[in-house]
Amino acid sequence: MHGLIIRTIQGFLRDTYGPGLWGRVARRVGVGPEGYEAMLHYPDDSAELVLAGAATELGHARETILEDIGTWLVSSSSGQPLRRLLRFGGVDFTDFLHSLEDLPGRARLALPDLDLPSLSLHEPGVGHYVLTCRGLPGFGHMLAGIVKAMADDYGALVVLDHDAPDPSAETINIRLVITDHAQGRQFALAGDS
Amino acid sequence: MAGHSTAAGFPVGAEALGQVMPMHLCLSAEGTIIGAGPTLTKISPVPLIGLDFMLAFDLRRPGGIASMAELARHHGQRLHLALRAAPDTGLRGHSLPLDDGGVLLNLSFGIDLPAAVRQHRLNDSDFAPTELAIELLSLIEVMHLVLAELRDLNHRLQGAKSRAEEEAQTDTLTGLRNRRAMDAHLRTLIASGEPFGLMHIDLDYFKQVNDSLGHAAGDHVLQEVARVLAGTTRKFDIVARVGGDEFVVLLPGLVDMPRLDSVAQRIIDRLGVPILFEGQICRISASIGTTVSTLYASPEPEILLADADRALYASKHAGRSRATLHRSTG
Repeated sequence: MHGLIIRTIQGFLRDTYGPGLWGRVARRVGVGPEGYEAMLHYPDDSAELVLAGAATELGHARETILEDIGTWLVSSSSGQPLRRLLRFGGVDFTDFLHSLEDLPGRARLALPDLDLPSLSLHEPGVGHYVLTCRGLPGFGHMLAGIVKAMADDYGALVVLDHDAPDPSAETINIRLVITDHAQGRQFALAGDS
Repeated sequence: MAGHSTAAGFPVGAEALGQVMPMHLCLSAEGTIIGAGPTLTKISPVPLIGLDFMLAFDLRRPGGIASMAELARHHGQRLHLALRAAPDTGLRGHSLPLDDGGVLLNLSFGIDLPAAVRQHRLNDSDFAPTELAIELLSLIEVMHLVLAELRDLNHRLQGAKSRAEEEAQTDTLTGLRNRRAMDAHLRTLIASGEPFGLMHIDLDYFKQVNDSLGHAAGDHVLQEVARVLAGTTRKFDIVARVGGDEFVVLLPGLVDMPRLDSVAQRIIDRLGVPILFEGQICRISASIGTTVSTLYASPEPEILLADADRALYASKHAGRSRATLHRSTG
């Protein structure tokens, strides 16, 4: 498992709940307080172990933590580089949704060993999108957090619900209520100024 | 752009052409700019329509294109050029002849893309959907993030490596260098050719302290000895604990026998002072053997150490608590 995934969970826990909470989770999992390195590889169950440790320490459901991670990834100050990378994908929110199918490919361009779940988008009706995610169990919850935060970023109003019809596939229903609900955040290719 | 002889031609309006090639130029047969794509128009500080192409642009490669006739000879080849009014933004592209005698040029930013995007505040709509400009920009950002992460990782590993090396060279009880570190320093000193003195120190009566007062007292004595040795030598001398109660001091630049003798005597005097441990008095002394690198034509670590050791045993046999200088290269 790519360290970047576990490092993300670690970053979220430390950033949101402080080094004390992270230290307790690390002890539960049996790693030092320095935790995981983003550019190294770890055993496949590492992320689930960290999530289970965090769920116990925080008393939150694993799914809630995952969705919070998605939101944090885009809207926290540590998440700004990722937000920028996602904004590169589309000029507006629907364009962004379509660009998500390219996300694993884009990630592979930069980090060939980072295996993100495959994503596919269907449009069963006007303003209704279904995003299907196969590969990493729970990734759909994180993705729901990302999509929600990106909708805010674009100034779009959406209603989301998450469903897992079978263990290998998670779906996110996205209903676009208004595309220009609010003033989205500024985005410039050259960097925000 | 009327009909074509081999395939059916089709008319393309200026707006559609601008969308397909947002950085194109249409030239008349005489070289006057009669059409320009929206992105090229945006980055040009001056209006392009009506300008003479050869005057408005600096054709950098291939060299020597100064007229429409010369441009015609390079149709279809890659051109490197820049607007004279925006010389920092390198452009590349190619030219094609049009049926009416005019020329169509299609340009792009090439490798200067990130700088151009910054300088001209370009956004998605300035690029054709077929272009990979956005992918290139996002890859560059990812690359910077990954490089920063790798730099941090290397930094952390470097720190861990230095700490591990430091620990591997240090005697944990006394904080002095260990045998391995002394060996390495000795080899380096010999290789550098700098003359140096080498002192072998052995504690007298240490075993008795250990046996009668216990290991804690022995450890305390060794720590005190380390403090004395650090205090009686110079900052850049190498003081190492090389065995239970044996020490080696390397003294770079110091080969003067009387001075070495006085250093040894100072150490012996200081170590002759009884050491107090938990109300108990620990008495030790020191025997020292010294040699200098200048006694040897080509100094060998083992021989220097053996000669210092022989001198040390001469001190022991002569009644301890004294220093002996190795004299001959026997």
